[in-house]
Amino acid sequence: MAPVPTDRDLRLDLFRGLALWLIFLDHIPSNLVSWVTIRNYGFSDATEIFVFISGYTAAFVYGRAMAANGFIIAAARVLKRAWQIYVAHVFLFAIYLAEISYVSHSFDNPLYSEEMGVLNFLNNPDVTIIQALLLKFKPVNMDVLPLYIVLLLWFAPILWLLLRSPTLALLVSAAIYTVSWMFEWNLPAYPSGDWAFNPLAWQLLFVFGAWCALGGAARLARWTKSRVVVALAFCYLAFAFAIAMTWYFPALGAYVPKFVGEAIYPIDKTNLDVLRILHFLSLAVITVWLVPPDWPALKSPACWPAIVCGRHSLEIFCLGVFLSFAGHFVFTEVSNRVFMHVIVSVSGIAIMVGAGALISWYRRIERQGSGPRPPATKPGYAGSEA
Amino acid sequence: MKGRLIFLLALPVVAGFGQIIPGPVWPAWAQPLTECDVPNRQNEIDFPLPRVNRAIAAKHLNVLVLGAGSSQLPGPSGAKNAYPARLQQALAAKLPGVEVRVATDVKPTRTAVEMVKTLKPSLADAKPALMIWQTATVDAMQAVDPDQFSQALEKGIKIARSAGADVIFINPQYSPRTESMIALATYVENLRWVALQHEVPLFDRFNLMKAWADLGTFDLYSATKKLDMAERVHGCLGGLLADLVLEASKASVPNTESGREPGK
Repeated sequence: MAPVPTDRDLRLDLFRGLALWLIFLDHIPSNLVSWVTIRNYGFSDATEIFVFISGYTAAFVYGRAMAANGFIIAAARVLKRAWQIYVAHVFLFAIYLAEISYVSHSFDNPLYSEEMGVLNFLNNPDVTIIQALLLKFKPVNMDVLPLYIVLLLWFAPILWLLLRSPTLALLVSAAIYTVSWMFEWNLPAYPSGDWAFNPLAWQLLFVFGAWCALGGAARLARWTKSRVVVALAFCYLAFAFAIAMTWYFPALGAYVPKFVGEAIYPIDKTNLDVLRILHFLSLAVITVWLVPPDWPALKSPACWPAIVCGRHSLEIFCLGVFLSFAGHFVFTEVSNRVFMHVIVSVSGIAIMVGAGALISWYRRIERQGSGPRPPATKPGYAGSEA
Repeated sequence: MKGRLIFLLALPVVAGFGQIIPGPVWPAWAQPLTECDVPNRQNEIDFPLPRVNRAIAAKHLNVLVLGAGSSQLPGPSGAKNAYPARLQQALAAKLPGVEVRVATDVKPTRTAVEMVKTLKPSLADAKPALMIWQTATVDAMQAVDPDQFSQALEKGIKIARSAGADVIFINPQYSPRTESMIALATYVENLRWVALQHEVPLFDRFNLMKAWADLGTFDLYSATKKLDMAERVHGCLGGLLADLVLEASKASVPNTESGREPGK
């Protein structure tokens, strides 16, 4: 059985916190501040970081539970987590319904009679609400939590396999990815089409994160620290950056040879394009190279706001989705000027940090209230979520 | 270690400024060229339109507008004020001596797949040298499979060209109030990519209207039942669309007086 590490890597919380901020900024439509986010400079975006780190921490938390208490107890805990995320998703859907209902009553313009049709689902809630509860009807920007739920539902067996034969588990995951590409498998959505994040494809990154947590990262260290790999990662990021620039300056598109364009487009987010995986891996290699686990700044006040958000990722993710609805609402109802974009973005992140600090504080007083904890668990990570 | 990190963090910031200054994203300081044109409309793709060019030379230009709900306006005078009719006026004014006729095949809530199904009889009726195809909004609202959407576009281009018509695409409207409810991005990108691959000019209505909102040309947020703004928007769309048609058709003639190279 593979050894399960015992120290939580602060880098995970830091980068997951940063990813949550970027997801929030990207989710506000037309947000000018979102030009700082990584999706504008390459192929992958914050979703990859979030899914990878979530896989890593899930293996970290439930791997220890499975090693200590066995399959049944660990699986039960994983399923409990999936249920919590489901409840969070339904809660967000309720907020979305409130927003949509408000817009449908307050907005009318003959120019947009077609676009207003998107509100028509309010006319038959009997169907759409049930489809939403079945995770088939997913409003815009509410795709990540259903993906997370499905990934956790089958995580217990893959974790069992990861603990026994990590390589085989990774091969199984890669095989599912390949087969879903070959046969175009995906889960059905309502009213038509498929899931915007195909779980059969995105599971690869989640399982890869889990594999890294269970000793894979240590085995890869020889490669990720090699100068050649770091240089290749830099080259790939530079290539992706150059391509991304042609999205904003179409004149530059003339310098992209036709065969390159035909080879790379369209870059498929739904099915987690290989170009996106490579871009994420390049970012990861360079991050690991720049930021060692014992980097002193990780304990500095400068990193604390992101770490405190990353540590409570489910709550902060949900809050971020809510805040992006609210931010768009402010743009349409109050002002759409540049300074308002900055205010909404900055105060949104400040609210996320405040909420993260509040949740940490609650955890602390609840722990104190329930008396001394068993010595086997250490504060800070043992009670953390995946 | 810190130095390296700062270097890495500075990269996107520097690049971000580059993006923000010349692009159509925020040209707020710039003055609009006319009431509805905007500076730096660089996202538009022109390709030559040889069939249109021949039709103009033969003094007889038939156009078919294939579209969904955002190609029409409600009310008794809707058809007269919607952009297809305005396009006919603008083309007729700019092409003296050419008989211009714009027919429409427009019904709301149609996806690209649904439009392609009835395309052949529409083309047979209108006998156009140019098919202007407005699509992608309904596909995004119904979240149809993006591959199916692209395949429908390719099929439509093939049918139109074999019926003797060039094709121009029109992408979705910029609709700020419903922006957080309709995930347009994938469909707008696929439309653009199919346009590039098949050398179809793209009328970038989305970024044009976004620039209007940023410049204050039109208040696209306003909640009203009145038609006046919608009519002015369609008037502008018709006029600018006519400009694109004429530019693209000129581009297919070598050595025109404007000296435009094809594909620029």
